[in-house]
Amino acid sequence: MTKKMDNTTRYERARERYMNGDLDRRSFLGLIGAAGLAYGVSTPFAKYAHAATTDQVRFDGWGGVVSEAFRKHAFDPYTGKTGIKVVDGTFGGGDEYLSRVKASQPGEYNIAHLSGVFDYARYHALGLSSELNEANIPNLEYVIPKLVDVFRGVSGGKLSCVPYDYGTTGLAYNRKYISDDEMQEKGAKILIDEAHKGKIAGWSDWRTRMWYAALQTGQNPNEISDEDAAWDAVRTHRDLSLKYWGSGAELMSLLAEEEIYATEAWSGRIYALQEQGHDIGYMDPPNGFGWQECLFVMKGSPMEACEELLNFMLAPETSIAVAEGQNYPTALDPTKVDLGDKIPTLPAFDPTGTLSGLTFADPDFWNGHEAAWSKTFGRVQKGY
Amino acid sequence: MSVEKREARQPWILLSPALTAVTLLLFVPLLFILVYSFWLRTATGADVAGFYLDNWQEALTDPFYRDILISTLRIAAITTVACAVMGYPSAYFIARSQGNKAVLLLLLMLPFWISYIIRTMSWINILGVSGALNSALMALGIISEPIQMLYNEVTVILGLVHFLLPFMILNIFVSLDGIDTNLENAANSLGATKWQAFLQVTLPLSLPGLAAGGLLCFVLGAGTYITPLVLGGPRDAMFANLVFEAIITQLNWPLGSALSLMLLAVLGALVMIYNRYLGMAQLMKGLG
Repeated sequence: MTKKMDNTTRYERARERYMNGDLDRRSFLGLIGAAGLAYGVSTPFAKYAHAATTDQVRFDGWGGVVSEAFRKHAFDPYTGKTGIKVVDGTFGGGDEYLSRVKASQPGEYNIAHLSGVFDYARYHALGLSSELNEANIPNLEYVIPKLVDVFRGVSGGKLSCVPYDYGTTGLAYNRKYISDDEMQEKGAKILIDEAHKGKIAGWSDWRTRMWYAALQTGQNPNEISDEDAAWDAVRTHRDLSLKYWGSGAELMSLLAEEEIYATEAWSGRIYALQEQGHDIGYMDPPNGFGWQECLFVMKGSPMEACEELLNFMLAPETSIAVAEGQNYPTALDPTKVDLGDKIPTLPAFDPTGTLSGLTFADPDFWNGHEAAWSKTFGRVQKGY
Repeated sequence: MSVEKREARQPWILLSPALTAVTLLLFVPLLFILVYSFWLRTATGADVAGFYLDNWQEALTDPFYRDILISTLRIAAITTVACAVMGYPSAYFIARSQGNKAVLLLLLMLPFWISYIIRTMSWINILGVSGALNSALMALGIISEPIQMLYNEVTVILGLVHFLLPFMILNIFVSLDGIDTNLENAANSLGATKWQAFLQVTLPLSLPGLAAGGLLCFVLGAGTYITPLVLGGPRDAMFANLVFEAIITQLNWPLGSALSLMLLAVLGALVMIYNRYLGMAQLMKGLG
């Protein structure tokens, strides 16, 4: 019977030759060293380059209450049911995550909780999109059709993601210092109001800054024509601001600690603050920044395992539990699925399932200005 | 092989692990960054390989980068001076303490056990509107309204001093600890006062440690980006923040590479100038 030629057999044969004197000590140790080096160099990196084996899927999201909700209501039950482990990481924004993905090996990152159709379009343009087999995701039928169609439009009818939730970046204000009436009267201009100098903040995201600059200068955010006026508004806001915040946790801390009284803010985070008992008001001004988030599957990922996870996450009981945990309305159509008691009370929730009251960013317009405006904002925020 | 040849090879064999690590982990990545700096970024964020001087031209001629670089060097210099002024007495106290030196050194090392980011963020709880200092001042009736102390250049420098002070103290301590205390006694016996003995004997002999600490604080301070991000206001960015923005926010790796090499070159040049003109021998001669 022929013995299987594996690494153990190779070692045993080399050792036998050495013991018999057919191989000198230096050559024997050299062979062992070379084998160890080859194993050491190949195995760890091969492991990371192909981390997404079918027993493991990597998921990256926004951290904080959002990630906690995913872990508790989706990943742990999914692992319990399928045995597939979900490794979850976090990021501070789509730009930062894209940079990480760009530096990675195909398959290293699998599913991302991306924000906005413009991010989907960017990732697709960079060749990072996959092609989902929708037959493996039957729960996709419960999703609001408008949310699905907009993604299909970007990627030629196919999908590389499933819509998961939506929300707004509206105005948050401390009711102790700013009344509801004042907010109704001033709207987005509260962020460039001299009366609150040093108690204003904003997200260090060029899109949000320009979106609100458009509102402050009376322009349609998806058709900004007077760029100079918009940049002047961004500068005015900068000069009145205490700080640009860079994460949801920092946003919540600045408001809760009363370092600031007004900022634009993510609806779910403000709801979380309100749940904690802070008297923070929230309003969406006309043409406020609406967005939808999706679960994007990267090219090179184990598709069947990812599709199974997406289907599990879109199951009404999972999706509703996650939405209640992260405080953003689920992408499930309220005309098809009973969403329970809490979700209809969340900011930005649309009971009709048409989302006609929300203004979303036009991906062509915003991605067309991405290179120039992100660079300009980098300068403007530093005093230029 | 002759004994001489074998002996000549031995240092290289001993050095080879370190040389391999430095080559693979420092020089090869630097080479990648250098190559990247000549590429271009397209509107979609993809890179175009080639030999283009656009990034270098922008980095070297745009006053925006020059101004931020000067501001960064200024903040690093202020931080270094503050560390030296605060660090020297502490190091002197530790070096001259009897019996409890090990405990004091352990206390000095304690902050290293806590993450730099956590240490930086701790200032928010101290200096914030609802922080410990404002609460204490209001409780004592010294102020009626909280004072806005955070998110400006002063808090950035404070955060940097907090981060870098142990490096300065350790360097000065090592230098002071190696000085024979009999030298001060000899100076005293020859008529020098304690202050004169310190100025003319101890200080000059401890300058190598002060210089090493200063250099370390300056280079680390000039290269930081966490501190201005956490404790700075909208205008308090440092040069490393520009590199971060170019690479992460704008996805412009070629420009980010050029900027990072520019910072490296400036700091490298400063170190070389320092060694050439402010070497310890020169300094000690000047004080002598």
